Amino acid sequence: MPAEPAALARPEAAVSAPPASRGLRLPLFSLGVIGLFVLVALLAPWLSPADPHRQSLRDRFKPPAWQEKGSWANPLGTDRLGRDLLSRIAWGSRVSLGAGVVTVLLASAFGAAVGLTAGYYGGRVDAVLMRMTDATMSFPVILLALILAVTVGPSFTNVVVAIAVILWARYARVIRGQVLTLMQLDFVAQARIAGAGAWRIITRHLLPNTLSTLMVLVTLQIGYVIIVEASLSFLGAGIPPPTPAWGSMIAEGREFVTSAWWVSLFPGLAILLVVLAFNLLGDWLRDTFDPKLRQL
Amino acid sequence: MLRFIAARLFQSLVALAIISVVVFVLARATGDPLYLILPMSATEEDFANARRYLGLDRPYVEQYLSFVGRAVTGDFGTSLRARRPVSELIRERLPNSLKLAAFAMGISLAMAFPLGVMAAVKKGTGIDRAAQIISVLGQSLPTFWVAILLVEFVAGRLQWLPAGGIDGFASYVLPGFTLGWFVVAGLMRLLRSGMLEVLDSEYVKLARVKGVAERRVIWMHALKNALIPVITFAGIYFAILVTTAIVVETVFAWPGLGRLAYEGISSRDFPVIQAVVLTTAAIVAVVNLAVDCLYAVIDPRIRYAR
Repeated sequence: MPAEPAALARPEAAVSAPPASRGLRLPLFSLGVIGLFVLVALLAPWLSPADPHRQSLRDRFKPPAWQEKGSWANPLGTDRLGRDLLSRIAWGSRVSLGAGVVTVLLASAFGAAVGLTAGYYGGRVDAVLMRMTDATMSFPVILLALILAVTVGPSFTNVVVAIAVILWARYARVIRGQVLTLMQLDFVAQARIAGAGAWRIITRHLLPNTLSTLMVLVTLQIGYVIIVEASLSFLGAGIPPPTPAWGSMIAEGREFVTSAWWVSLFPGLAILLVVLAFNLLGDWLRDTFDPKLRQL
Repeated sequence: MLRFIAARLFQSLVALAIISVVVFVLARATGDPLYLILPMSATEEDFANARRYLGLDRPYVEQYLSFVGRAVTGDFGTSLRARRPVSELIRERLPNSLKLAAFAMGISLAMAFPLGVMAAVKKGTGIDRAAQIISVLGQSLPTFWVAILLVEFVAGRLQWLPAGGIDGFASYVLPGFTLGWFVVAGLMRLLRSGMLEVLDSEYVKLARVKGVAERRVIWMHALKNALIPVITFAGIYFAILVTTAIVVETVFAWPGLGRLAYEGISSRDFPVIQAVVLTTAAIVAVVNLAVDCLYAVIDPRIRYAR
């Protein structure tokens, strides 16, 4: 953007200098929440106060500790089968974070490979790959996962595969667009003159220049994947019971919301916190490293 | 322009063809549908007869071609569960889904416009921050959870609105809001950044210098150009809306395509699933096509870039 005459600039325009000049303000809330949940997921067996699978019919629907009749033995109360909610939420973070991270890594690796190939070779290769991308993008993620759940059976792997098989298209689109712009720049031509082959140009020259975009997209997509996984578990097409997953915990509590609201409320809050943290972190990464990237 | 539209139309058809192959393969991969249709007591001979009758003994390529041939004319076979032509079910449910989608879109636009524009105009202030938090919160809330809470409190305890089903305008409010809020964030962000860029441009400054009222500068001069990037986002936006609608329809017992798909999948009703997937994909493809054409009309540079 060209420098503007100070007389015409509105007062706000002066603030719109690159954020780096104001010093890097880290998104502490996001990092804190993500750090906390990663820790809980890793240490779930040691941190959770009770066995997440242990049923106790005498302790069914115990309210959270601060409520009347609640006790600190079950800080967030218990569910329909008397299982400790806090422990189940702690264990459930493994499913949500695991699904989020693994899916996004798979999708971004494949999508970036497709985008780099399409953008680098152009022409017919590009046309074929982009038509595949278009087709993928118009396929509703949840429908595919539901079909897989019915045909192959619901499992962690199937959820990850079903989401990744659709999600790569976003990466392919965005990365291809970036590569097309990069290909116009001199350094690619110079690398070619210097005798670099396709593989070298793609991995050493193009890929590093798309990394910041990839990082932003990955962060923003983890939140989306966690929501999709939870939705699938909620619909019964995700991680099958009795494995604690936040989505299925909400589904189990649904019938009893009127009397035992905590069973559905707390897993939902956990999803909200984690996804919000990833979304805010993604926003921050984009604004800091890749402000041109508005469409993500 | 016509050439551009023709090329884009061809691309959409190719994408739909790919999806039809995937759907066909997925449907066959699920095992023999005859086990679902025929009674337990069926003999080998019954199976052979049924297979011949349904054309399942023909080569796959032939089966696929006849599946596509019939699908093009709107014939998706008969629902295994409802025992009715699938096209009838689709025709019944599709309008409900479209109405809900349109309503949710209206809500998300009604939220995104003021939020995005105000955030840009008051950049860096508390208003900007609040607008961003409202939109990112919508994106971070699992829709099915919001739906459950809304049903319990607004519909149950307060009795303000119906909890589910489709019965007059009031029944649109909760599902529409749940669905609409989820997609506000992307729109709002694009509007905000678009407005920021445009508000900084020469022609807006000129308008200000000329003495055009500030409100007019923002809502007329600036917003018009800030809208261009928003239009390109419409395709992705719509795809997310359609996917999320499946979950929202299920929770609110909304008699739409999403719920039809969910019911179809839980009863392994493959003709229904095929039809829903193809219909949804076709709608998304049509929307994308329309968006691209609209974009090419607004911004002629696009036509020559491809």
